[in-house]
Amino acid sequence: MELTREEIAAVAERKRAAYEAVIGLEVHVQLKTASKIFCGCSTRFGDPPNSNVCPVCLGLPGSLPVLNRQVAELATRTALAINCQVREQSIFARKNYFYPDLPKGYQISQYDRPLAEHGRLEIHVPTGGAGKKTRKKRIDITRLHLEEDAGKSLHEGLPESEAKTYLDFNRCGVPLMEIVSEPDLRTPEEAYAYLTTLKQVLEYIEVSDCDMEKGSLRCDANVSVRPVGTEKFGVKTEVKNLNSFRYLAKALEYEIDRQVALLESGGRIEQETRLWNTQAGRTEPMRSKEHAHDYRYFPEPDLLPLVMDAAWVEDIRRAMPELPAAKEARFVEHYGLSDYDAEVLTANRALADYFEATAAKAPNAKTAANWIQTELLGALKEAGQEISRSPVPPQALAELLQLVEDGTLSGKMGKTVFEKMFASGKSARAIVAAEKMEQITDAGEIEKLCGEVLAKNADKVEQYKKGKQALFGFFVGQVMKATRGQANPRRVNDTLKKLLG
Amino acid sequence: MKITRKDVEHVAALAHLELREEEREHMRQQLDDILTYVDKLNQVDTSQVEPMAQVLAPSRADAALRDDAVGPCLPRQQALAAAPDADETFMKVPKVIER
Amino acid sequence: MDLTKLTIAELQEQLRKRAVTAREIAEAHLKRIDERDPQVKAFLRLSPERALEQAAAIDRMVEKKQPLPPLAGVPMAIKDVIATRDVPTTAGSRILEKYRPPYDATAVARLEQAGAVILGKTNCDEFAMGSSTENSSYFPTRNPHDLERVPGGSSGGSAAAVADALAVASLGSDTGGSIRQPASFCGVVGVMGTYGRVSRYGLIAFASSLDHVGPFARTVRDAAAVLQVVAGRDSNDSTSADVPVPDYAAELEKPVKGMKVGVPKEYFGAGLDAEVRAQVEKGIERLRELGCELREVSLPHTDYAIACYYIIATAEASSNLARYDGVRYAFRAPGADSLEAMYHTTRGAGFGAEVKRRIMLGTYVLSAGYYEAYYLKAQKVRTLLYQDFVRAFEQVDALVTPTAPTPAFKLGEKTNDPLQMYLADIYTVTGSLAGVPGISVPCGKSKAGLPIGLQLFAKHFDEARLLRLAHAFEQSGGFDL
Repeated sequence: MELTREEIAAVAERKRAAYEAVIGLEVHVQLKTASKIFCGCSTRFGDPPNSNVCPVCLGLPGSLPVLNRQVAELATRTALAINCQVREQSIFARKNYFYPDLPKGYQISQYDRPLAEHGRLEIHVPTGGAGKKTRKKRIDITRLHLEEDAGKSLHEGLPESEAKTYLDFNRCGVPLMEIVSEPDLRTPEEAYAYLTTLKQVLEYIEVSDCDMEKGSLRCDANVSVRPVGTEKFGVKTEVKNLNSFRYLAKALEYEIDRQVALLESGGRIEQETRLWNTQAGRTEPMRSKEHAHDYRYFPEPDLLPLVMDAAWVEDIRRAMPELPAAKEARFVEHYGLSDYDAEVLTANRALADYFEATAAKAPNAKTAANWIQTELLGALKEAGQEISRSPVPPQALAELLQLVEDGTLSGKMGKTVFEKMFASGKSARAIVAAEKMEQITDAGEIEKLCGEVLAKNADKVEQYKKGKQALFGFFVGQVMKATRGQANPRRVNDTLKKLLG
Repeated sequence: MKITRKDVEHVAALAHLELREEEREHMRQQLDDILTYVDKLNQVDTSQVEPMAQVLAPSRADAALRDDAVGPCLPRQQALAAAPDADETFMKVPKVIER
Repeated sequence: MDLTKLTIAELQEQLRKRAVTAREIAEAHLKRIDERDPQVKAFLRLSPERALEQAAAIDRMVEKKQPLPPLAGVPMAIKDVIATRDVPTTAGSRILEKYRPPYDATAVARLEQAGAVILGKTNCDEFAMGSSTENSSYFPTRNPHDLERVPGGSSGGSAAAVADALAVASLGSDTGGSIRQPASFCGVVGVMGTYGRVSRYGLIAFASSLDHVGPFARTVRDAAAVLQVVAGRDSNDSTSADVPVPDYAAELEKPVKGMKVGVPKEYFGAGLDAEVRAQVEKGIERLRELGCELREVSLPHTDYAIACYYIIATAEASSNLARYDGVRYAFRAPGADSLEAMYHTTRGAGFGAEVKRRIMLGTYVLSAGYYEAYYLKAQKVRTLLYQDFVRAFEQVDALVTPTAPTPAFKLGEKTNDPLQMYLADIYTVTGSLAGVPGISVPCGKSKAGLPIGLQLFAKHFDEARLLRLAHAFEQSGGFDL
């Protein structure tokens, strides 16, 4: 029974709160290698169709797979980063099924003895309401295994698309790892947070581009619902094609509502695979054959067991870059940042590196953190620019902060200079020199300027002395005006107070 | 009887193998004979025995791995040459309706 | 001088002293093929241009007095399950009728690198599935010793070509006996190295954990020379072993006196033809005369080998043959308007009866509900069979057995009874499952003049001892044909 969107919305609106969702994610990650998992063809994205193929990835008779060492290395690095136990011997198996873009009629994948198991990942789940509060939650990871990607079937837009499906085998044999979570996620927000955190880790350890548009990060979800307060899992569906962060939560919300509405309308949930249809905004059942799921797995005799001995794993562990959680803690500890600032600045490795490079040269790390979050990230966002291509490099920002710190520039002037730096790529000193923006700090000069202002406004000095204290601001303003804002405000204040007795 | 006509049809569907009507009973009979013969394996006690998928030669742990280096691919023309239905860029099959 | 009757050493001697050219040698073989092969039908396809080009290259080396590579000018035939660049490679199947591989198998590349002249591709049972070469989609090959009889199989074409002097040596493939059994039927030497000794890269897979590439030749020395060239680690085959290859020619000269040879009693039971038994027993007696210490041993799980083999081999085959789907190469049955129809009709029409039977059996034993009862069970029995050999080799250096239970049978004699055909492999599949090296050497004839083969097994990677023992047996005389 398929309910319409409207039917689902109507029921779910009333009954949603009575159910709890149980979600597990299967994330497919393309490993960042130059060549494919079992042959030397390039993994480059966007090459002409069927140009990165050879006897091995085309499955020509007599060809044999040979495992790419880097694939084992990157996957093991990932396994360690998400706290998995790495198996000393993992086994490749054949998953047998027919599909035109699967050249051998089987996919080489790990099955009952995967590379790694029993991991965990800590996520930050927004607690809702105002503010930036999050709570931590531990998500267990069932397994991490290696497999080869299939080719690409093109169903539309080609001359004979009416009658034919076109095949491009470039992707065939691209190395993938599949990371399967336990059904520990309870809401679409948690699923979103999990995927975000996982992506952050994968980018930190440089194992994948994690580019969903290029298919290097793909996500399927197992979803079921149960009445709040019950333990027993409901019948689950597998939702495929959750290939953008934007739609992940939407698709899960839809599927949860659909299951709730179905149960509430006396229907039964089928254990099936459903596809998220972005255009229609709903999940739809995949048409499948009754025998389609007998994959007849058996050990792949063309490959040896993958042996990750202790020494090799230890080498990989030693070379592991600092992970986001550790970095976040260190930023709080070492730089005295708030939890929130540390979380923002460790969102990706480039940003964290930028912060640290700035902090190393800047007079004050916390000020650096503030400037990066407000000025730099704002300007980058507006310009649609990545931090890695920031026109203001860390040393340049640190120099600017130094000028503000030593009073050469006021905070306000500093922001103006920053804007000019961002637009021109010039250094702070160059801009200050060229525009004569230097702050006037010389005591004698300030005293002279203040004296001139007071002399010109003798009447107002009179009023001030009679008690019209509010005029103090006027005098400051006049001094600043006379110096086009370049006088050090604190010194102007002090001097005026002195002169006015 | 170890295997039925229905089993034969199911397995043929799994293997994507067309069997003509007259082939099916013959196939059933022959598979039945063979399966009856291989039943003799049940005389062997294997409760304490590990399965063996391949005979492994002694070697270094990573001896069978390759370096991550891009090697030569087939020229596209050659990759497509043997396909029964292809243009200059793609191979083609009858329209896939699933998905 | 008949150029088609020389050994590799003789042929190279002639080349070196410029008594003949490589071209003349190649042409003499092509001429003999032209005369003889219409009856024997060993070849599916000839590659005379490639052969003569290679011969010309060898002749230029002779002219320039360059050192000649080990197989310079040796005319060879290649079983059609082994990929040859731009030369049709069909695996004896209609489904690959028009297929030309864009690459050479490692073994073929190594042979040509070593100077061998590839004459063409030999007939075989479709996808190497059979014991008589009658399962070829094209035509059956005849036994040169009696054209009414089969040459054995599945490498029947490669065995017959060497037996009938259409080639000096050839490559075959052995999964359950497909080199050793036809060697026995045709009266030539056939070697299956240890699993992993010779690269499988380019060998069209039947059962990956059992498939081997190996040589046929008329003498043990010639077989050793070919094995020398094709053996050794290949980075394109993960299962090819990183184990050094000794100098086999030098090993042949070492003595066999004192070598311990086991006679497994399970190989001499019911079903063994009386004449074969008598000849093999004579052969064993000869080994004793050569100074070997003979002792009875037991390989207790032998009786389960055929059952074990047919489950494992067909399971792997059902998967290996999934790629013949009509998409990327060769045959697609015409007229299919849906994808499902294309798959079913292509595979239904492209594969022959035996291949379909094995795909069906293999699919069945891997399918949900049967995996443990059949496939996993067979894998466990394989462990026991492997251990049988390991234990036997704790007592002896080699094992001696008949290669096949009977001499060559008549065409059509077993085609309607697959199980009887499978039992023709009863003495060979054991070694295949255990991964040990084996050889079949001629051991005289039956009264009807049909060759009988003697099989020897040795420890993993001990081909040197296997060849040495076979060579001593052969050189002792009286068992040739």
